[in-house]
Amino acid sequence: MKEFICINCPLGCHLVVDDSDKNNVKVTGYTCLRGKQYGIDEVLHPKRMVTSSVIVLNGKMPVVSVKTKEAIPKGLIFKSLELLKGLKIEAPVHIGDVVYQNILDTGIDFVATRNVERSK
Amino acid sequence: MKNVRILIIGGGPAGLAAAISAYDKGERDILILEREDKLGGILNQCIHNGFGLHTFKEELTGPEYAQRFIDQVNERQIKYLLNTTVIRVEENLEVKALNEEEGLLNIKAEAIILSCGCRERPRGGVNIAGSRGSGIYSAGTAQKLVNIDGLMPGKEVVILGSGDIGLIMARRMTFEGAKVKAVVELLPYSSGLNRNIVQCLNDFDIPLMFSHTVVDIKGEDRVTSVVIAEVDDHLNPKMETAQEIKCDTLLLSVGLLPENELAKGAGVSLSRITRGAYVDDNLMTSVPGIFECGNVLHVHDLVDFVSLEAKEAGEKAVEYINESEHIKIDRIEIKAEDGVRYVVPEFILKNNDASEMTLKMRVGNVYRKTKIVVEADGEVIHSKPKQIVTPGEMETIPLKSDEVLKLRNAKEIKVYLRSV
Repeated sequence: MKEFICINCPLGCHLVVDDSDKNNVKVTGYTCLRGKQYGIDEVLHPKRMVTSSVIVLNGKMPVVSVKTKEAIPKGLIFKSLELLKGLKIEAPVHIGDVVYQNILDTGIDFVATRNVERSK
Repeated sequence: MKNVRILIIGGGPAGLAAAISAYDKGERDILILEREDKLGGILNQCIHNGFGLHTFKEELTGPEYAQRFIDQVNERQIKYLLNTTVIRVEENLEVKALNEEEGLLNIKAEAIILSCGCRERPRGGVNIAGSRGSGIYSAGTAQKLVNIDGLMPGKEVVILGSGDIGLIMARRMTFEGAKVKAVVELLPYSSGLNRNIVQCLNDFDIPLMFSHTVVDIKGEDRVTSVVIAEVDDHLNPKMETAQEIKCDTLLLSVGLLPENELAKGAGVSLSRITRGAYVDDNLMTSVPGIFECGNVLHVHDLVDFVSLEAKEAGEKAVEYINESEHIKIDRIEIKAEDGVRYVVPEFILKNNDASEMTLKMRVGNVYRKTKIVVEADGEVIHSKPKQIVTPGEMETIPLKSDEVLKLRNAKEIKVYLRSV
């Protein structure tokens, strides 16, 4: 049994999810079908977008913000952040530039979310 | 004296969207004044995702959302001045501003759009007793230090207030290696979005303590601990429940205050509830030719709604300056009652054209199984059932043109909650 708060709307339904049988996950406490699906997704394959920042060399700003291009498995959040530690990239950087390729074999990259031009 | 048709004060999401819509409405003589060294405003430091779902149907981070609007401003070659601080706006639409290169600028505008956003409520605004060691920051200041300057404000953190910025910063500090020991909320509910409580606190087992507050801050040079206590129904701390939490940093996320000093100087009448200007359905303030949009008008929870409101302000400002003469149209107040704290716009122009309109509002408490009712002279014009309304979420009521027409012809308009 796992408990979640549904994030689809302000109602914030308290869901109880029984995942003892992975092929037949049972959700209770939802008000609408989006809540039921949220409960199922949260036990079977919870995912999160991860956003952070990376040091930039010779840029007009000292750091550039980054995101995982798509949501990654929730269990990989801290391992993915480890990959950014000590990483330094050279300016210029532009939105969408790949900052780190293929996070932990997920096939998903960290990409820049800000333009940082080169300082003169 | 320099003349400009439309002057926009503030180059954040509201100012950018207003400039683009004014241009698209046919006006070419537009100038944006921005205090910071880049356009984009607060979005530049909001590096988390969740922006733009309504506008672009995809989830962007703050800087990405801002860049889409900055690109549109640049494509249209709309003029802007950076590092430029406006120091005064006069009732006759004369503006004084300063920057390093040009010194004092005197600008005369035909319409002014105030899009100056908000400021954070500081420690003095919530009267926390205790020492004044370093390590006490507003959540937004900490956000700027981490995300723009690449600096960490501390290692062991307590956050007072569960507004969205506080929640977002709980996760951000955790990502950068800090230990967030607790988020302490005075009220029995959070003013933040559910999504942020789940994804910023629950995901990382950060405790959220409702009906608690900080009663003391300890540490001479640097914060060493804070004392928190539960509060009673009147929000007074119960000192027997006091407990000390060791930490080196206290972040305050205790509310946003629309930055209306310029508006005040120009004689614009302000609402004591929103702390923004009173506006009519053209988003014009009590001073003819001065418009407001975005967080300076009232605090929004989604930037998408700021962009929509600002688009309207840009269009209405162009319509205003193109009028051959400014006829004063009477306006009627939209009263907020029974659970509704405020409605924006506060006034609707009488006997004007029928057009679609969106009423924006916030409620004063959590209400379940209710409906939002718009009433004109005792007749229900619009009723929107809601499973739940909370103070943390702005509610919107889109009105059709025939409904708007009824409001324009009414003598008394009310918006209120009714339980169902």
